[in-house]
Amino acid sequence: MEYGFTTAAYVVAAVLFIQSLGGLSGQESAKRAVWYGIVGMALAVAATLVGPGAGNWLISVVMVAAGGAIGWVVAKRVQMTEMPQLVAAMHSLVGLAAVFIGYNTHIELARVAGMDEAARAALHGFAAVVAHKTPVEVSILRVETFLGVFIGAVTFTGSVIAFGKLAGRVDGKAKKLPGGHMLNAGAAVLSLALLLVYLQSGSTLALIVMTLAAFFIGYHLIMGIGGADMPVVVSMLNSYSGWAAAAIGFSLSNDLLIVVGALVGSSGAILSYIMCKAMNRSFVSVILGGFGGTTGPAMEVTGEQIAIDAEGVAAALNDADSVIIIPGYGMAVAQAQQSVSELTRKLRAKGKNVRFAIHPVAGRLPGHMNVLLAEAKVPYDIVLEMDEINEDFPETDVAIVIGSNDIVNPAAQEDPNSPIAGMPVLECWKAKQVFVSKRGQGTGYSGIENPLFYKENTRMFYGDAKKSIDALLPMIE
Amino acid sequence: MKIGAPREIFEGENRVALTPDSAVQLQKLGHTCVLEAGAGAKAGFSDETYRKAGVEIVTTAAELYAAADVVVKVRGPEPSEVAMLRQGQTLISFFWPAQNPELLEAAKERGATVVAMDMVPRISRAQKMDALSSMANIAGYRAVIEAGNNFGRFFTGQVTAAGKVPPAKVLIVGAGVAGLAAIGTSTSLGAITLAFDVRPEVAEQIESMGAEFVYLDFSEAQTDGAATGGYAAPSSPEFREAQLKKFRELAPDIDIVITTALIPGRPAPKLWTEDMVQMMKPGSVIVDLAAERGGNCDLTVPDEKIVTENGVTIVGYTDFPSRMAAQASTLYANNIRHMMSDLTPKKDGVVDHNMEDDVIRGATVTKDGAITYPPPPPKVQAIAAQKPKEKAKELTPEEKRAQEVAAFKKQTRDQVLMLAIGGGLILLAGLFAPASFMAHFIVFVLSVYVGVQVIWNVSHSLHTPLMAVTNAISSIIILGALMQIGSGNWLVVILAAASVFMAGINIFGGFMVTRRMLAMFQKS
Repeated sequence: MEYGFTTAAYVVAAVLFIQSLGGLSGQESAKRAVWYGIVGMALAVAATLVGPGAGNWLISVVMVAAGGAIGWVVAKRVQMTEMPQLVAAMHSLVGLAAVFIGYNTHIELARVAGMDEAARAALHGFAAVVAHKTPVEVSILRVETFLGVFIGAVTFTGSVIAFGKLAGRVDGKAKKLPGGHMLNAGAAVLSLALLLVYLQSGSTLALIVMTLAAFFIGYHLIMGIGGADMPVVVSMLNSYSGWAAAAIGFSLSNDLLIVVGALVGSSGAILSYIMCKAMNRSFVSVILGGFGGTTGPAMEVTGEQIAIDAEGVAAALNDADSVIIIPGYGMAVAQAQQSVSELTRKLRAKGKNVRFAIHPVAGRLPGHMNVLLAEAKVPYDIVLEMDEINEDFPETDVAIVIGSNDIVNPAAQEDPNSPIAGMPVLECWKAKQVFVSKRGQGTGYSGIENPLFYKENTRMFYGDAKKSIDALLPMIE
Repeated sequence: MKIGAPREIFEGENRVALTPDSAVQLQKLGHTCVLEAGAGAKAGFSDETYRKAGVEIVTTAAELYAAADVVVKVRGPEPSEVAMLRQGQTLISFFWPAQNPELLEAAKERGATVVAMDMVPRISRAQKMDALSSMANIAGYRAVIEAGNNFGRFFTGQVTAAGKVPPAKVLIVGAGVAGLAAIGTSTSLGAITLAFDVRPEVAEQIESMGAEFVYLDFSEAQTDGAATGGYAAPSSPEFREAQLKKFRELAPDIDIVITTALIPGRPAPKLWTEDMVQMMKPGSVIVDLAAERGGNCDLTVPDEKIVTENGVTIVGYTDFPSRMAAQASTLYANNIRHMMSDLTPKKDGVVDHNMEDDVIRGATVTKDGAITYPPPPPKVQAIAAQKPKEKAKELTPEEKRAQEVAAFKKQTRDQVLMLAIGGGLILLAGLFAPASFMAHFIVFVLSVYVGVQVIWNVSHSLHTPLMAVTNAISSIIILGALMQIGSGNWLVVILAAASVFMAGINIFGGFMVTRRMLAMFQKS
């Protein structure tokens, strides 16, 4: 395929995509970076349509337009709190597309293999590329196709389940079928065996059985992970969708697909790594589900949880000079970000120093809290990450914890037997006073008792986060 | 249960153990309240206000003791009052069981249960009923006010048209609750405040209140307060000498001294000796909050205010809280109210005297005709013992260098190893794979490398947009579908068309939603 122009366009597009990711290092440059991505994508599609994809313009254009319209509408309507679901749903589309394209390659391969010389010479487009392969290249092509379909299928069912969990349609708790990880391992071994069969014979049946096995792995793997581990899952699926694209790129000998797939794959992998590090857990232990076993009895928590009403919190806030707010998933659930933003605005208008402390795994998506606060028009320069703000707690008058639990659990530092021992946490208990807005007594996702709630300077502000904050607003003066 | 407050019969005692406010709170717990006529008068609460709060008023103490199931008082009972207690009745007041064994015996004989407010253990849960602290707080405040009353100058420094006024210099000895309250009052009046305590860990608290901690040049290993429930322990003679030397240095400059040093179960330590008083300027004031236990100053006369020959006023009053009867009664009545709410956990007006509870057990000194003093040590420590801090070992420059070199060598080794393994694997692949594959493979490896370098720089707060944008560009897979859509096989065309459709959703949806998110990030 001699399409010099297309290849040149691909080079430009690849550079644009890299720029687009690199631009995300700052909020302002990010706004420009999205346009690089859009232009890169448009260039890539146009170049393909002109070049090797010139086969069936009508269907291509109609399909892109139809899909684009739906994507546009969905993106317009989606609530910021539903962002995790949306991202998961989109990953599933990429996964399924990878499966389809892999099957297409397989079909073409079979079709071409059945042709005689004359028919082969008459082929054009992708089929022609396939037709010109040597036997070794055909073997490699089969491996690549097989891999693309496998990763795509895992991504597809995994993302569908992740979507279900995040949207609340599937029970968020970790669940496993009897046999646990042995089932996954069995399915993986089966897939490997089928790869050998497929390599030898090119059997369609082997491909189909493998696809089913991969569907099962995706389903079962994600079903076994839940709650606070979801950020890792989502970024992991993000990574998989990239690797699927790269594998497809190999099978189609398309360098742009390989480049972008590798970029996306490594991006997701790094995000997963960052999330795991923030929870002080290894990637494997997250994937295998559940927290590691404790090594001894948990430290006994003494004292009592002391409740406080809105007047008390308001009085403390009126007296405070510096306030740090620690939002968590509970804020997203209660849709309290607007109220929190209003509270922030009022306090800042009084000249108080109000800041937000964001733990890397707060919420259900990497950076989830930042997006919610940005939606509610909280200026991003007062939203700080854990390392930037952790040292400031001792000089802070009031810390407000809204719907977070494990990320402010002092047991991580104080109790070596705690399941979360060693996990970096926000040291909010060092503030002069801590208010915890929480629906009721009870433990967080991990089921670990939180000694913070029993500390002398902690007061529990029970109730729905949004209602609690709304009750505060008129009392701030 | 009926809770009754008699009139305090101790001479000069103005406080009362029940206020109209606390009566309302007690009624919420299901109790009823009764008061001896005129009991609240000296604290500024008339019988009328009590009646409005739903309190029954009886005229004599005898009637009150007969009517009440629980008698609440401020001062410990006089023998005549103990005689009025009856079997099964509960008395809640200050009691000082260690100092008053006969009184304890008498109460036991009467079969009454006595809850001593001075015996409430010092644990966080019991702070709300810690009457010693609430009274000490008042004493600290009042001590400064009393000093100001006897001091002929301003506390704060001023430069006026009529001339310059230097600020007063106040020294507070002992930074317990009373000391800290005195520091707060003194600094807010504008005086230069110095403070001293034998417990080095309170330096931080002193400085947080705005006073200057007086450091001693003394390197004895200090026991921190945790071992003694947060109170000070007696110090060694050498330490005492160093301390007195420091005070002698300070004495000529200090205008007001407020001493609050007490050690539980011992006479007050003598910290302000006669020669220090001689050194002080005429007009200076000493307020000795430890007067009741003999005083921290040599010249203190308990319950009296004296002026020495060189014109230094020494105030030895022992009834500071009573001098602020309205405030003291409010706080004390609240302490009592909290004690009652712990005693009636079900809020049904029935006292459940739970001797398993650390706080109730600790405060109860007689029960059911038996003396229960002293209590067993509480299960909960007052203050967590401070863990000895491990000092990071000071490294010599050579050691530092050696460490750096070692770290550098390790890094080099790791990197070389990684590169060798990675390179080896690629070479291995190159042996078997055809050149056309290797060309793509190089692109792949380089892209992963570029991806890793680029993504590390992405700001933490933009991780969600990053996911959305990578999601959008991962629909680059559309290229594959576009290449296949021109195939002659109808099945291929259908699958490819479906893929184009899905990727289309992703491209537009992904970029759109990313733009929406980024537009929301605003600078303040």
